[in-house]
Amino acid sequence: MPREAMEYDVVIVGAGPAGLATAIKLKQSDSNLNICILEKGSEVGAHILSGNVFETRALDELIPKWKEQGAPVKTRVSKEKFLFLGKNRSISWPTWLLPSVQKNHKNYIISLANLCRWLAEQAEKLGVEIFPGFPASEILYKEDGSIKGVATLDMGLDKDGNKKEGYQEGMELHAKITVFAEGCRGHLGKQVIKKYGLDSGKNPQQYGIGFKEIWEVSEQQHDEGLVMHTAGWPLDNKTYGGSFVYHADKKQIYIGYVIGLDYQNPHLSPFDEFQKFKTHKEIKKMLDGGKRIAFGARALIEGGIQSLPKMYMPGGLLIGCDAGTLNMPKIKGSHTAMKSGIIAAETIIENIKNKKDLSIYEEKFKKSWIYKELHAARNVKPSFRWGLILGIIFTGLDQILFKGKFPFTLKHKHADHESLKPANIMKKINYPKPDGKLTFDKTSSVYLTGTNHTENQPVHLKLKDPNLPISYTLQEYDEPAQRYCPVGVYEVQKEKFVINSQNCIHCKTCDIKEPSQNITWVVPEGGGGPKYGNM
Amino acid sequence: MKILVAVKRVIDYNVQIRVKEDGSGVQTDNVKMSTNPPDDNAVEEAVKLRESGKVKEVVAITVGEEKAQETVRKALAVGADRGIHIKTENYIEPLGVAKILKKIVEKEKPDLIFMGKQAIDDDCNQTGQMLSAMLGWSQGTFASKVELKEKSTQITREVDEGLETIEINLPAIVTCDLRLNEPRYASLPNIMKAKKKPIEQLIAKDLGVDIANRIQQLKVEEPPKRKGGVKVANVAELVSKLKNEAKVI
Repeated sequence: MPREAMEYDVVIVGAGPAGLATAIKLKQSDSNLNICILEKGSEVGAHILSGNVFETRALDELIPKWKEQGAPVKTRVSKEKFLFLGKNRSISWPTWLLPSVQKNHKNYIISLANLCRWLAEQAEKLGVEIFPGFPASEILYKEDGSIKGVATLDMGLDKDGNKKEGYQEGMELHAKITVFAEGCRGHLGKQVIKKYGLDSGKNPQQYGIGFKEIWEVSEQQHDEGLVMHTAGWPLDNKTYGGSFVYHADKKQIYIGYVIGLDYQNPHLSPFDEFQKFKTHKEIKKMLDGGKRIAFGARALIEGGIQSLPKMYMPGGLLIGCDAGTLNMPKIKGSHTAMKSGIIAAETIIENIKNKKDLSIYEEKFKKSWIYKELHAARNVKPSFRWGLILGIIFTGLDQILFKGKFPFTLKHKHADHESLKPANIMKKINYPKPDGKLTFDKTSSVYLTGTNHTENQPVHLKLKDPNLPISYTLQEYDEPAQRYCPVGVYEVQKEKFVINSQNCIHCKTCDIKEPSQNITWVVPEGGGGPKYGNM
Repeated sequence: MKILVAVKRVIDYNVQIRVKEDGSGVQTDNVKMSTNPPDDNAVEEAVKLRESGKVKEVVAITVGEEKAQETVRKALAVGADRGIHIKTENYIEPLGVAKILKKIVEKEKPDLIFMGKQAIDDDCNQTGQMLSAMLGWSQGTFASKVELKEKSTQITREVDEGLETIEINLPAIVTCDLRLNEPRYASLPNIMKAKKKPIEQLIAKDLGVDIANRIQQLKVEEPPKRKGGVKVANVAELVSKLKNEAKVI
């Protein structure tokens, strides 16, 4: 028996900045369009995690009166700092010597989750139907190979795939255009990139893993509006990464760390690097005596324009970081994600009204400021493969003197899963034991994410070869999943590979970094995953 | 037959509760909220009874701020027929809620009232019992099985000693245990249909009942942190620690 189906003009997968901007722009252009958004989080914002210093450019275009309408974009950046950290020292880089892309004086410190909640309210007021707790799990194709829509996951299956009491079959959502806006490494996005060869001729995509904690500190430690970034310690010269420290309102500090997933040492633990980073005296003094109130992690895009796949396909569009529109040197992706959504909406309107092909997306994209931005930013990340110091010197020339106009484009040569070196030739890293005040273990951290997955459901982290982790990855790389997973989903216990999938916070790092690409992340039952508040 | 089901909006059970710095309460800003879990069981049971034909109508009711409507909407999405939202500005104690419900019961004249055995936020476990006393109706609390007859209902109760089965006359109030049933998932089409079902909104203070809170809350604080355990080398050390440090033997 065929599944139940609903017909829409446009179905959007993912209620993040890109998907919500698409929906709002579509409804503003034509209020008669039938639009729905599927969101795997239990509510809008529950799976959103971002720094976030927000550039309002795309929001200004989408909702010019956002201020009057009460958007949660309030804390203006008032001060900026950039520090190079050594183990015991720090050198402050003068702000006037920062490339203009890293200047933030017009920007705001926000919680992207809260901005998405607000955007969702605006979208609903315009008549967009948003369904949180309903993950799109499957792409539906028409006979001619174009996209027909998506299907939601069956609810109420046990771990062996049998129907439990209360079983609810998934349903089909058919659309004229389906928009994939799942964020970095979306599991449907990954499938359409492969099926339509959207990445052909492009460099392999590059990723990072980002951590974020929210701290409540004393008034003396707090400097509302201060935006600080660091590079250097605790990472070595070869590992790409850095921190952010944003002093938000309500005596809160958003502190986080991003590490390029092209790191080479399988003994490296991104989570522990972040914890260690907080023990630097420049950071410790801001947090000492304070309280950590939130924790989370999420993979992000670092590849830039060289790795950006084609964003249109028959019957569908791939937008935001599902494609990869983040601007790496700017350390920002929300404004570009929203802009990619606005362009998607314009494209869809012309497609539905004037029968224009979806390929006009590319022309529109190339003409817009998003392309200019990403093009100027393209050489920064690849230059860091020469190490931190040469990377910084090159970036200084590229971004400050030449403003991104070098007549060449550096390439990303390898995918992140190819970068690990064998465990026996790389140095083991001993991380200090967490003190439970400034630094923490994974167990107490995952607790703060509020993540949960209904017990007795199929494991949503699939192994292509169930023996590989022990027979190969453990020997060759000391099974790095034990370390790259930020919440300890993967454990090796007595020569057995254990997957604690209920702890998963949907960061997608395993899907990216597993050296043999043996782990595939698929959506779990609706409403599962983290319950982020103000991330 | 008609069932009134009371539901409450509470902080989601997965969320780690955070106490406000000034001790005035717990943090609810942008915190994920959901229906109180045993209230979901209450709705499920009522809907099942309607599906079995024994009950004609299921009405979901909540008392709370504007957004509390979401819990009624959810009840509608899993099968309740219509909803009532009694809007309040602030937290109302169980006594106030019971008084409001009594007022609505007088108007709606249900044969049964279902609700969760207690709410996971204040853990009071009082509203059902108070309402029963005020209405003079029979009550069956902590129900893990409900068997509806023509003029009575048989209730299996989860009590300390095990299971207790009682039979009470209608009209009655039943407070539900998590073991009562497995709440169903709301399907997409049903969520959409629920958006069109009516929710009547009334303002609590216009109902003419005294809902002033009786309890003055002095302070909310986190429970003291549990200290880490220690490993002892031998029995002698254990005994000495129990005697001298813990002072329990």
